[in-house]
Amino acid sequence: MSASSLLSFATLFALVSLSLGFLMTVVRIVRGPTLPDRVLGLDMLVAIAIGFISVVAIRSGFSLYIDIAIALSLVGFLATIAFARFILARGLPSQTVGRAERASGERKPKPDRAKRPARSKRGRAR
Amino acid sequence: MTSTQHDMAVAIIVSLLLIVGSVFCLLAALGVLRFPDLYTRMHAASKAGTIGSSLLLLAAGVHALDATILIRALAGFCFFVLTAPISAHLLAKAAHQAGYRLTNLSVTDQLPRDRHSSGR
Amino acid sequence: MTFIIANLCLTLVWAAVTGSFSPHNLVLGFAVGALSLALVRERLVAAFPAVRLLKLLLLTVVFFRELWLSAFKVAVVAVRRDMQLRPGIFAYPLALTRDFEITLLANMITLTPGTLSVDVSDDRKTLYVHALDCRDPAAERRGISTGFERLIREAFPL
Repeated sequence: MSASSLLSFATLFALVSLSLGFLMTVVRIVRGPTLPDRVLGLDMLVAIAIGFISVVAIRSGFSLYIDIAIALSLVGFLATIAFARFILARGLPSQTVGRAERASGERKPKPDRAKRPARSKRGRAR
Repeated sequence: MTSTQHDMAVAIIVSLLLIVGSVFCLLAALGVLRFPDLYTRMHAASKAGTIGSSLLLLAAGVHALDATILIRALAGFCFFVLTAPISAHLLAKAAHQAGYRLTNLSVTDQLPRDRHSSGR
Repeated sequence: MTFIIANLCLTLVWAAVTGSFSPHNLVLGFAVGALSLALVRERLVAAFPAVRLLKLLLLTVVFFRELWLSAFKVAVVAVRRDMQLRPGIFAYPLALTRDFEITLLANMITLTPGTLSVDVSDDRKTLYVHALDCRDPAAERRGISTGFERLIREAFPL
């Protein structure tokens, strides 16, 4: 078996299993009972997309794709952090109390929560 | 070592990295699909997912056979390994403070839920 | 002094990421590093901590081995038919005091087998850790304190 056929087999295998993983993550995003589950699914989707880009870089021979993968990982990281801040600010929506997140009395933790001193300046502005 | 042997060695290393990395990505996605609650899913996404895509990135860096590209891929690898735990940590903290519950299988939860109302 | 060392590190990172070590690029990297350090200069007050390089190297090696093991373990749990999960969050009393040590420990705990750090208490004395198998929190605590916490304390002596 020559080097190029070995590589083409490996990249094909990687593409197939990454596609399967992509599908599973999409199922989780569609089904995901709560918002944090979906955010986690998006995070996972970004990780799989980085894998896709790397495999495509090997298959096509353009190493410029690696820069795109790094930029995508930066964007995904910032998006996850923004979503985490949003979840923290929004609290628990009272109408989506499902099986997994049975909240005790649908208490909204936001109004009475004292901010940490370091963040209080920006916390007021929100 | 002749040039074809050299090519073959590189191809074997790259193929190994590709296969192991993509299998880790697949299993991470399977874990995200199968685990019962957010916090356990986070284990799958932040460990297996990180390792999977880092190995794929590393495979692309090794395949190029160029020191600058390999360094760039390594920089991406480090960036990915450093940021994945931070995003998992932030998401878990936010979800817990917002009040999302652990699964019914859980045995303990020693993190107080509204400690911020009595914080310093 | 801190400023110059940090700037040199940033210059090296710039050269590595842009893929060229030519003098022009190094000067440009130095300028960009100085600009970005100037943006965060009020945060940059603490001096660099004392470091034992050999112990730091050991810490890095142990970290990558544990990272590999943890990914493997989670993957094995994900394919098992009966996952036998007993997840839970346990409190871990921190012996480390400085902020960067706590950050390092929390990141390392996240990437080690079966554990994921969730939160740090406001007084920085307790770390809350989520574990996939929380049947024996005492053993987990012992594992962290004899493993990474000891290594971090040895790598960064007070």
